[in-house]
Amino acid sequence: MDWNRILSKQVVELPRSGIREFFDLVTGSKDIISLGVGEPDFVTPWNIREAAIFSLEKGHTTYTSNLGLESLRRAIAEYVGGHFNVGYDPACEILPTVGVSEAIDLALRCLINPGDEVLYHEPVYVSYAPSVQLAYGKATPVETSIDDLFALNPAKLEAAITPRTKVLMLNFPTNPTGSIAPVETLRAIADICIRHDLFVLTDEIYSELRYDGQKHVSIASLPGMKERTLLLHGFSKAFAMTGFRLGYACGPKELIELMCKIHSYTMICPSITSQEAGIEALRNGTPAMLEMRESYRMRRDYIVKRFNEMGMDCHLPGGAFYTFPSVKRFGLSSKEFATRLLKEARVAAVPGTAFGACGEGYLRCCYATGFNLLEQACDKMARFCDSLKPQA
Amino acid sequence: MTQESLLKLLESDARLSDQQIADRLGVSVSEAAATRASLEQEGRIVGYRAIVNDDAKGVSAFIEVRCTPERGGGFNRLAARIARFEEVKSCFLISGGFDLLVMVEADSLLEVARFVSEKLSSMEGVLSTATHFRLKTYKQNGLLFEEEVTHERLSVAP
Repeated sequence: MDWNRILSKQVVELPRSGIREFFDLVTGSKDIISLGVGEPDFVTPWNIREAAIFSLEKGHTTYTSNLGLESLRRAIAEYVGGHFNVGYDPACEILPTVGVSEAIDLALRCLINPGDEVLYHEPVYVSYAPSVQLAYGKATPVETSIDDLFALNPAKLEAAITPRTKVLMLNFPTNPTGSIAPVETLRAIADICIRHDLFVLTDEIYSELRYDGQKHVSIASLPGMKERTLLLHGFSKAFAMTGFRLGYACGPKELIELMCKIHSYTMICPSITSQEAGIEALRNGTPAMLEMRESYRMRRDYIVKRFNEMGMDCHLPGGAFYTFPSVKRFGLSSKEFATRLLKEARVAAVPGTAFGACGEGYLRCCYATGFNLLEQACDKMARFCDSLKPQA
Repeated sequence: MTQESLLKLLESDARLSDQQIADRLGVSVSEAAATRASLEQEGRIVGYRAIVNDDAKGVSAFIEVRCTPERGGGFNRLAARIARFEEVKSCFLISGGFDLLVMVEADSLLEVARFVSEKLSSMEGVLSTATHFRLKTYKQNGLLFEEEVTHERLSVAP
């Protein structure tokens, strides 16, 4: 077979995920403590699992409407209204999807004409730029830095806008930096989007996991933004439901209707089992979520303190379950550091460069791992960092 | 640091050292130690015991006891007398169809039977007993016995 002729050039040329690359390196290694995982270490709370089992027991094993179960959409509208302070009509402004990933893909395909530009902040989750490219758009990163605690700097954002810029993608709290955008930053970004007529895709999957006791603010809730924003959220992180593959998009009905057109041809609907589990999560999952959040907070405080003690400069991230310590003072690149850490200390962490070029000099360390394992990982990393310091 | 957050930690793992408690709660080791000590002195923490799966060994029974309350003291004096027996591992006053729930552990059925007939039933004030033997433990003190093998996450994920 002449694969050069057969395979799509566009996809062949799409870069592989840096996470995937590192995964191949870790796979097969034994006795590794992994801080490289991007999901909760908790099992889905029992009441939610039980709802899924009950759904199967009742014989609910069919397709649902392409828009998903009406009862799920109503539960989402109620939850989103309370959590994000934005009202959406469950009849036409909400689309349950197979994770936020599907929603991002659908939205980009519905928004982009070939050559349109999409801005996103880096370092950020690995799928944004490839999803834009697959929709024949041009993905333009706007670098963020420790100076802004990795929140998007409005001036840098505005400088990156061109006449072809159509969409801005946001992810706060951010994977991999745990960054939270301050409200005044969000206001400035909203103002820029309105002035330049940009549409906003905001992936707020980590919005429950914020540790400063403040309420999460969505850019969709700011004046004039609801009409130009698609709010993406899901169940994976807050309710430890990654394997259920359930997310949703909330936004203007014109866009939701178009997204549902692709969705009806490709996914049809998320599994009904997941949808019914999702209803239970939204209605009765908050106490378990709060317990998990408190547990993440304890681990965040511990790991950040240990990292700073061992000589990795690490800011206290405001949300998600990632730390993004700097390894610059050890004189190694992110990838070299992560590779040696894996080989010599048997601890896996993802090089910051997997999330964009400006992640150079950083590591993503996920603290959604048992406290005992975190202690062991920190001890091993501390010895490794000591071994890198110049001997007196 | 609140006493409640320390209790919550110890209830999930009583073997945590003061250093580990301090790490988890973000306080100094001395503060963790002092809080633990005050909880012990106040009697909130009564003791630290291993939760042993002894289904395969020994016999346990749950005994429902009906008894006559005393004027002035209610069930307290009788309950305290029953609780002092070494065979009795737990003893509760409860609402419902009987008065005391007594949990007993012994080496054999015969020993439990002997305890019930010779010691418990014959006490003054005890009206009747009903003995239920444990067949299998599924969960104790919040811990599931025979946990299924945990499902491993991928070691690196997005």
